[in-house]
Amino acid sequence: MNARVNGVVRDLPDGATVAHVLELLNAPPSGVAVALDGEVVPRAAWSSTLVPSGGVVEVLTAVQGG
Amino acid sequence: MDDPLIIAGREFRSRLVTGTGGATNLSVLERALVASGTELTTVAMRRVDSAGRTGVLDLLRRLGIGVLPNTAGCRSAAEAVLTARLAREALETNWVKLEVVADEQTLLPDPVELLDAAEQLVDDGFVVLPYTNDDPVLALKLEDIGCATVMPLGSPIGTGLGIRNPHNIELIVSRASVPVVLDAGIGTASDAALAMELGCSAVLLATAVTRAEKPELMAAAMRAAVEGGRLARLAGRIPQRFWAQASSPAL
Repeated sequence: MNARVNGVVRDLPDGATVAHVLELLNAPPSGVAVALDGEVVPRAAWSSTLVPSGGVVEVLTAVQGG
Repeated sequence: MDDPLIIAGREFRSRLVTGTGGATNLSVLERALVASGTELTTVAMRRVDSAGRTGVLDLLRRLGIGVLPNTAGCRSAAEAVLTARLAREALETNWVKLEVVADEQTLLPDPVELLDAAEQLVDDGFVVLPYTNDDPVLALKLEDIGCATVMPLGSPIGTGLGIRNPHNIELIVSRASVPVVLDAGIGTASDAALAMELGCSAVLLATAVTRAEKPELMAAAMRAAVEGGRLARLAGRIPQRFWAQASSPAL
């Protein structure tokens, strides 16, 4: 199934969770946050939250700015 | 002299809040931050790239500087609220510098969206530091809905045009019961000193330091200017006069 991750359509295995997506992105263990379909997914729910087909996942971190 | 800045019950000895944007690399940024004496520094929230870098966070942690996430780049209340919530989750702080800009050309705050976002975030338990226009009416409204500071611009972000409407800043200061932080438009040290002389509680700047020819030296200049301006404000300046007044006794 497909989901849009940080603006790029990716093929994910059925049953993929938010935690799988973070692994795929090689995201650092701290300092990141995830939104699924416009709602924040708390860190504690990463490994139990399934990414639905067609889901929109945004993974953000802090960068230089402001 | 013990004269701390207090925002939402948190005490700061430095009245200079810095940004991290515009520095050519992290070592330049580090030297500038140290020279500025800042205790609170903004970061932006962006998509994790394949490199998965969090260099700026590691740097701030190492220097013991507080992180203030911003909502830079957001154009609507909905976007800004989501970005603030993501920042809270990623950085474990409920403080946010709220920016909702109207367009890319001016980067001026959109007052309608800003007020809407501020209200939602205050309700959600955030400590909201809004970047606002130099509008005394809007500043008071932001304070009334529970913002922890008001942060009027001196002039548009990154222009270095200084404080274009000093009287408005004075009006905002005269009615505010939360700290007023002059945010945006600072070009050089005299602008920062003027902000403090007008009664602002602190100055927030980035570009003026990070894009200066010598960022570390400009950071030191800004630190001194903020301190000097604050002292002058507390000292009470003399009234301006039309005619001369001798400072030596008459013959």
